[in-house]
Amino acid sequence: METRPTPLPAGTKAPDFELRSTPDQRIALSSFLGRPVVLVFYPADWSPVCGDQLALYNELQGEWRRHRAQLLAISVDGTWSHIAFAHDRKLCFPLLSDFEPKGEVAMRYGAYEHGDGVAARALFVIDPDGVIAWSCVTPQGVNPGADGILEALDALDANRPQPQPPAPQGEAHV
Amino acid sequence: MSRLTIPVDERDHLRGSLRAPITLVEFGDFQCPFCGRTYGVLKELEARYARDLRVAFRHFPLTQIHPLAMIAAETAEAAGAQGKFWEMHDVLFENQPRFEYERLVAYVMNLDLDVDEFHEAIASHRHVPKIRDDFMGGVRSGVNGTPTLFLNGMRYDGQPERTPLVHAIENLLSGATHVAP
Repeated sequence: METRPTPLPAGTKAPDFELRSTPDQRIALSSFLGRPVVLVFYPADWSPVCGDQLALYNELQGEWRRHRAQLLAISVDGTWSHIAFAHDRKLCFPLLSDFEPKGEVAMRYGAYEHGDGVAARALFVIDPDGVIAWSCVTPQGVNPGADGILEALDALDANRPQPQPPAPQGEAHV
Repeated sequence: MSRLTIPVDERDHLRGSLRAPITLVEFGDFQCPFCGRTYGVLKELEARYARDLRVAFRHFPLTQIHPLAMIAAETAEAAGAQGKFWEMHDVLFENQPRFEYERLVAYVMNLDLDVDEFHEAIASHRHVPKIRDDFMGGVRSGVNGTPTLFLNGMRYDGQPERTPLVHAIENLLSGATHVAP
């Protein structure tokens, strides 16, 4: 039996990292403290399921904004591949490159497929204090959708009686 | 296993026998080529299971990769407001992906719909809230791409092809002692 990667569970401090999003730009997880972060590990740019999965998250920008959440997607692809892929799919969130040392961040999150040498298809919702609130890993060929992420973000909002940000309810309910 | 969180009700576009024991809900995108393929498969199944199957269509336009998906969905809804949702649904899938505005107007005229009313519905984005509701209801039910099908409220994770779908339907028909809510 192949052993599935075991993602870091809820309650664990999310390991900090700093990865390249472009050849000359780096993004650190710690820079998003104070906001929820949705961390999406995926096996590869260009593979069909990832495309669908990221296309869905791209479509949900309004939801991420509503939760003040930052979405970060991570694979072991290099930044040039990320740039071309993001451009082709019109993605509007950063793709981070876990390229050198390869897969190091994915390994720290328990989200690395050792046999294949790629990131697993794993999702993490990290709370504003930098603690993992929810995580899951799905088989490589299965698109996990977004329902689990949205439920976790809802739960974070519900558990945090914070001063409401001036979120204009711009929905036109006629 | 993912479940349909919003049950089929009168807001849904439904076709087939209303008392059918099996309800198939498709979350689809008119510009998605896979949905175009599934359209033909479902048509066949609807004919084969005329008494046992009813089909609902909900919108799941992936607008970032399919820039014409939203206006196509709006066109279907605008036709629906004039009583011809399914006729337009079929026209759109059969003419995929030719959704330039003049084409859409031609489809509206071919179906003998009120063109002024159509222009007005599109210009005011009258049906966008319903389309977005379909989309978010889908996301919450675990829809992860298009097409995603639900059979009696449970997500169908097989291929959207004839043989596996027939198999799934036959299984439900033989084992179906009750219809899922």
